Amino acid sequence: MGHVPAPDDHASAHALTRRGFLAAGAAAGGGLLLSFGLPRLTRRADAAGSAAAGEFAPNAFLRVGRDGRVALIVDKCEVGQGVYTSFPMLIAEELEVGLDQVTVEPAPPDDKVYADPILHFQCTGNSTSVRGGWDRLRHAGAVGRVMLIDAAVQTWQVDPATCRAEHGEVIHEPTGRRLGYGALADKAATLPVPQNVPLKDRKDFKLIGTSPLRLDLPGKVDGSAQFGIDVKLPGLKIATVAHCPVIGGKLAHVDASRAQQIKGVYRVVPLDTAVAVVADHMWSAMQGVAALDIEWDEGPHPNLAMRDIVRQLDDASQRTGVVAHSDGDAAKAMAGAAKRIDAIYQDPFLAHAPMEPVNCTVHVRPDLCEIWVASQVQGRAHQTGVDITGLPPEKVILHNYISGGAFGRRLDTDFIGEALMIAKQVDVPVKVVWTREEDIQHDLYRPYYYDRISAGLDAQGRPVAWSHRIVGSSVMARFAPSALGKDGLDPDAIECAAPPVYDLPNLHVEYVRQEPPTGITTAFWRGVGPTHNVFVVESFIDELVAAAKQDPVAYRRALLDESPRALAVLDLAAEKAGWGQPLPAGRGRGVALVYVFDSYLAEIADVAVSPEGEVRVERVVCAVDCGAIVHPDTVKAQIEGGILFGLTAALFDEITIENGRVQQGNFNDYRTLRMDEAPFVDVYLVDSTEAPGGIGETGTVGAAPALANAIFAATGKRIRALPVWRNRPRPA
Amino acid sequence: MLTLKVNGTEQQVDVPEDMPLLWVLRDVIGLTGTKFGCGIAQCGACTVHVDGVPARSCVMASRDAAGKGVTTIEAVDTTKVGKRLKAAWLELQVPQCGYCQSGQIMAAAALLAARPNPSDRDIDAAMSGNICRCGTYQRIRAAIKRVAQPQAHAREGG
Repeated sequence: MGHVPAPDDHASAHALTRRGFLAAGAAAGGGLLLSFGLPRLTRRADAAGSAAAGEFAPNAFLRVGRDGRVALIVDKCEVGQGVYTSFPMLIAEELEVGLDQVTVEPAPPDDKVYADPILHFQCTGNSTSVRGGWDRLRHAGAVGRVMLIDAAVQTWQVDPATCRAEHGEVIHEPTGRRLGYGALADKAATLPVPQNVPLKDRKDFKLIGTSPLRLDLPGKVDGSAQFGIDVKLPGLKIATVAHCPVIGGKLAHVDASRAQQIKGVYRVVPLDTAVAVVADHMWSAMQGVAALDIEWDEGPHPNLAMRDIVRQLDDASQRTGVVAHSDGDAAKAMAGAAKRIDAIYQDPFLAHAPMEPVNCTVHVRPDLCEIWVASQVQGRAHQTGVDITGLPPEKVILHNYISGGAFGRRLDTDFIGEALMIAKQVDVPVKVVWTREEDIQHDLYRPYYYDRISAGLDAQGRPVAWSHRIVGSSVMARFAPSALGKDGLDPDAIECAAPPVYDLPNLHVEYVRQEPPTGITTAFWRGVGPTHNVFVVESFIDELVAAAKQDPVAYRRALLDESPRALAVLDLAAEKAGWGQPLPAGRGRGVALVYVFDSYLAEIADVAVSPEGEVRVERVVCAVDCGAIVHPDTVKAQIEGGILFGLTAALFDEITIENGRVQQGNFNDYRTLRMDEAPFVDVYLVDSTEAPGGIGETGTVGAAPALANAIFAATGKRIRALPVWRNRPRPA
Repeated sequence: MLTLKVNGTEQQVDVPEDMPLLWVLRDVIGLTGTKFGCGIAQCGACTVHVDGVPARSCVMASRDAAGKGVTTIEAVDTTKVGKRLKAAWLELQVPQCGYCQSGQIMAAAALLAARPNPSDRDIDAAMSGNICRCGTYQRIRAAIKRVAQPQAHAREGG
């Protein structure tokens, strides 16, 4: 049975272990990616001073060893967004090392040292990685460079102005003398860490703005990349879990006698709302679950149905909410408008369904707990271990892994807590893997939003009033209650609606918090608040366009006087898409404009709608201004993928509940666009020197409205509720 | 006790005969490049070759793989097509999260072995069984075309 040795077998020799891994895994021509962290059994890695002897570590982001090896520490989770390359690029640029000279290490959990500058704790989400890291990581690299040059200056006793750093060496220009960073590490470690250091001019960038081979790709192509689900340990058991299929229900009784007869089943572990079977391998674990005789207590609402949930939302939508934005007098202007449009828009519950189903490996020993998992919130994951085991923080070790997709799923620690509870019941390390059915049916869902929206137009068709009431769950109230505003206003729930990107007079936006019935937990999903709000805003703007009998691009242009960058992407997308060219019958072109996460994006979708109402997206053209770019190819990839992710959900997906049970369960009924259905996405990047904007979620935000607007253009039928397939334009 | 031949090596495994090949590969032999995505042959993450033919290891009983040659992603570059596919995948920076990519490459390798110069429709037909939640399809298609041999003809009956 193959396994990789636990990296912490010999804590005191961790440097030796690291070198061994370097030799084993160095990818030709690229930096080495270590897919799991090296635990510090005796201390937590933190700011300067925690480096081992002979290491230079001026901050929490880099270490230079005597052997010249440079370790760059990345505090984000690599979910496919390329952060394990873009973050090293930012540091390496200023540190003056090549990517071929570095190893990448996942940062240990630490919500203070590794607090994201925008999110204020250790978290990968909200498209903040490059935005937050842009200055911070370059500064970290520059500090290292300045100190290494200073170490050489002191060694040679020369004028600092005669020295420069390049590719891991300091060079004394007049004599050509060189010292490698390894040779300077000891000296540099004795120097005081400067606070203010000069950063490079953009024109001097050698790495930033290029698209080197992402450091994690070789392993993802040859099968060697280790995701959390791939963890191998001596004596490892595998567990899978059956959760109560009825929302809000719990375990009443389990008879494990048949399950325990199955060869390979090791232990049956009942939990409050679920039963886990721990076994030699996943197959025995699944066979064990199938052989359990379980009696569920179906809880408070065994007959829960979507109509109940939607009725609650509809009732709530008739209440006044917390005001999110109020300019002028929307009610008065609406009353005086030449034309008035009212609409109800609905966005369904959505599952995340990353390709790697939820999993977590835990080993609980009396004096040590180890957790192996891909987490977007490493500090919280670690704290979950502390809370459940009662061990002191330094006795709980988190090994962070790359994630097989996340889309927000790994922002939560529910499955980590569950794995800890299971591991506490056994003496061995246990890898808990959910089946796809459990992953979908016990996901934490993107909320169902139910919006009432109205606008008034003048005689020329221009908007004179806009009133939008957003109704749904507050994810922030659970995830980060300190972020709620006055009167419980959830800033995420109203993002991109209050205000929208357009200059709209007499704008009034409210939020009514309406939680789903207990047992349904809501969560962040790719694009977060903007994904549902921009669907509504961009679709509704198109309704105004139609009422005014104008062109969708021209109408939007007239509302963007204050936003030259928004105008620029709109015009670029329109030009590249051939906007205005007539299309054959049954085809339509729709536009969506997005200003989110400090980035600007315009998407134009071309659809074909069959006489039976089947929708096919033929192509999407997208113009993006996300400010300064670290790795352009990654930006393109994130937009390509983000748009497909948004289109898939808009076309097909919803989580529905009948008889208290989630009706979807696997990829047969929770569909994803496949190769033969996926449009080509044509991405145009605007050259910009503005500060970087977020990109991981940005493409997703504009996808649904571009689609809905294209369908309207093709058929004259407006889609106000997603997914399209259930609400599709049927033949008259 | 079953004897499986995986990537050219004989493995004796003490597993139930109906245990899907996927779990034998991952949990018993320790080859984790082949992935679990759905368990019902809907997503393709578990794709391996059995005697050169793509198979969904999550629903293939190990007894049905016994006596045959199983190839996983770890050995895909023992063929020229496999090597060229891996190179194309890196040149075009195809993967994002990467979890589906073992299955994608295995499906692509089988396609190119049967049809060295596939059309878009051939690619659609062969690759639509492999889901990518990250949306890398257009890069997968481009990588397959990069490896395609315009001069070659499809194998007889392929």
